Amino acid sequence: MSLDLTINGDTASVDATPDTPLLWALRDHLGLTGTKYGCGIGQCGACAVLIDGVLAYACVTPIDTLGGASVETIDDLSGPAAEAVKAAWIAHDFAQCGYCQPGQVVAATALLSETPAPTDADIDAAMSGQLCRCATYQRVRAAIHTAAADLEGGE
Amino acid sequence: MTGPLDLSRRAVLGAGTAFVLSVALPLPRRAAAQRAEADATFDAFVSIDADGIITIQSKHLEMGQGVMTGLAAMVAEELDADWSQMRAVHSPADDEVYANLAYGSVQATGSSTSISNAYEQMRRAGATARAMLVAAAAEDWGVSEDEIAVRRGTLSHPSGRETEFGALAAAASRTAPQDVSLKDPSDFTLIGTHLPRLDAEAKTTGAPIFAMDETPPSALVMTIVHPPKFGSMVASVDDVEALAIKDVERVAFYDAGVAIFARDTHAALQGRAAVRVGWNHIDAETRSSADLYAEWSGAASTPGVIVENRGDVDARLADAAESVEAEYRFPFLAHMPIEPIDGVIRWDETGGVVWLATQMPALDRDVIAGELGLDPATVTMNTMYVGGAFGRRSQPGQNIARELGRIAKAGGPGTYKIMWTREDETKGGFYRPLTVHNIKAGLDVDGAIVAWDNTIANQSFFTGTMFEGWSIQDGIDKTAIEGADNLPYVWPDHRVSWQRMYSGVPTLWWRAVGHTHAGYVTETFLEELLHRTGRDPVQGRLDLLAPDRTRDRAVLEKVAAMAEDAGAVPEGRTRGVALHKSYGTYMAIIAEVSDDDGMPRCHRAWAAVDCGIVLTPDNVASQIEGGVGFGLSSLLAEEIVLGDGGEVEQSSYVDYPILTIDRMPHVEVATIPSAAPPTGVGELGVAPIRPAVANAWFHLTGEMVRTLPFSSRDRA
Ligand code: FES
Ligand code: FES
Repeated sequence: MSLDLTINGDTASVDATPDTPLLWALRDHLGLTGTKYGCGIGQCGACAVLIDGVLAYACVTPIDTLGGASVETIDDLSGPAAEAVKAAWIAHDFAQCGYCQPGQVVAATALLSETPAPTDADIDAAMSGQLCRCATYQRVRAAIHTAAADLEGGE
Repeated sequence: MTGPLDLSRRAVLGAGTAFVLSVALPLPRRAAAQRAEADATFDAFVSIDADGIITIQSKHLEMGQGVMTGLAAMVAEELDADWSQMRAVHSPADDEVYANLAYGSVQATGSSTSISNAYEQMRRAGATARAMLVAAAAEDWGVSEDEIAVRRGTLSHPSGRETEFGALAAAASRTAPQDVSLKDPSDFTLIGTHLPRLDAEAKTTGAPIFAMDETPPSALVMTIVHPPKFGSMVASVDDVEALAIKDVERVAFYDAGVAIFARDTHAALQGRAAVRVGWNHIDAETRSSADLYAEWSGAASTPGVIVENRGDVDARLADAAESVEAEYRFPFLAHMPIEPIDGVIRWDETGGVVWLATQMPALDRDVIAGELGLDPATVTMNTMYVGGAFGRRSQPGQNIARELGRIAKAGGPGTYKIMWTREDETKGGFYRPLTVHNIKAGLDVDGAIVAWDNTIANQSFFTGTMFEGWSIQDGIDKTAIEGADNLPYVWPDHRVSWQRMYSGVPTLWWRAVGHTHAGYVTETFLEELLHRTGRDPVQGRLDLLAPDRTRDRAVLEKVAAMAEDAGAVPEGRTRGVALHKSYGTYMAIIAEVSDDDGMPRCHRAWAAVDCGIVLTPDNVASQIEGGVGFGLSSLLAEEIVLGDGGEVEQSSYVDYPILTIDRMPHVEVATIPSAAPPTGVGELGVAPIRPAVANAWFHLTGEMVRTLPFSSRDRA
């Protein structure tokens, strides 16, 4: 059975059972491997995506619940907030193993889209679902502040 | 590493425009004899293409520690390259060419040895390549070599002639010079400056660099049902329901697991949930953590195999004005990288290709080839980046590779991706060993320490592996006790001993290994002893330092100054200090802590580090910060518990909580200027933060926590 999904602005037809989590539709069926698996139960944030602009975990989002919603993944994340976040991530140069970072970038993009000038407390609250075993957290905070400053400067 | 490296070099004439430089090492005697007649072609460490792109082969696994960037910095420094020219890839698997020089003839990444063992080797590779370029330019221009200058990827001559590396790559492909001289560290221009990580962009944009991201066409995904207890064997399999699931192709079993093969991961996970397995527990470990603690505790109450012994500890303890005794308990700990174990393999009767992140690629390749009945020479190993390893991808028994090979064999020739679930990863063993320390000290009438007696009881993770003979020397597994010996402090009588224990729970090195528990015991017990007699934690430690431990002294004084400069301790907080040397690197840390509803909350930490020459300062700071977060995480709430009957109680991040961003302290790192050869920092932050926080907590609340993690106090 085939379902039409809207992924990064394009319509993609996925031939998978309707209860397939979006994570595996992306990775196995569409070859979009930027979104990572870490736990499969919504506990690590590695699979963060934006659904209609809102942060969601692809591992606990069956594809038949998406309807016509627009999904954005790290593979083609764009827009001012995303560009600022990615630039700040590279400028701060802190990814260690890097496995969690696509999810961190997506979550930070969601945060800045909602809260353009977050405090440390805002960052802690918004990002505490994004586990990083390498504990790059100190620099995640710093990079989000840099991205926020860039966004403000650009306006 | 023993003594200076004696390197022989040879150049391999590269095809086309690239030139390839090889640095070959003296072979171990047996291998050398086998190869004596052979004109072997060695793989390369450095290559330069016509566009001037310089690619280094990293013999070490990039696990996040920044090793590729560090190795590239060594090459770039001696080559006088421009940093923007540098690239790095994982080298092929080869135990001889790409041996870890700290271990002998095995390609391995671990124990923070990567930077130190490769320091001279990679610099020499860079210097050799430079000499070859210079020789080519001299010939081309008809000038003398010593009139040629090299700067940031450009060769020039006072006459005004100038060329880039790439233009000379082909001409420079010639026999390498036998002798090159290395720079004096004071002449370094790249090392010690900020060099952006070579993998930053790929890791920010979700590039397919992990084994799991390999998606060869028609690959089947394999999930596995692992035994519920360590050592259980498959007794029966009912796969009817599993096979009824759409896209589940087959179910196969072997002695210690059942594999589900499916067309996609979703189906493979559903199949895993649907298969019914009966287990035979006859050989299984059925003791609980509580049972093991009781046994280990009993063993630790008397001395074991002597690790260090000075004077007559028993007599001194008997005579002491006061004696103090404490028992410490440390749980099994899981690595819990975010990327679970995974790998991809394609094979048929003629050979295979493997995509795997491994700290021992050549040994793993050999094991996979063995399982498949193939000649290792026909199996290509592609070493992938790993989404966190912390020791987990370095298996003395090659278990990960063995499972991959075994299941791929059961599937028959084809292409397969293996994927562990988070639950597999949590329950799968290979933990930091459960450990008990029994420690006693004797004090004289003035409260000075006169005797120290530490007995450690835990198991060796080399038991039954090919590394057992190598790692267990004089009856002692150094990784089980490291950090309890070679203390910087001196007191009259001193003994450290080890009680070797056995269990069916597979254990493994876990970032900072023995230092995780030994550093904790030493530094918290010492804190209590100093406190009894009103001694200052910093001054008390300085007073105890051996005269030759000047580098320990420097980091301790430095960290005290850093905390002092940060100003008064805020209301409701205290600070705790710890000093610990691991993997040749010295570190002292001060943590500022408050009481957050019965749990310590670490707000800030200052770390002073002496790791010799600082290759990449920003990466050193980054690694220390990460190590601090990792150590703090384990101190607070991480533990694997074997319940009654021996089954692991935890199953995911829900019940094995790792540090989240809201608990991450602000860490400030300072390095001590040094001209000593560089030592590793990847594991360094882990050990000292734990006692620093515990010591702060002790001063804040009066409670010294001796059973970890802190969260387990509810249970006790
Ligand atoms: S994989 Fe989705 S939250 Fe962990
Ligand atoms: S960088 Fe390794 S898990 Fe975050």
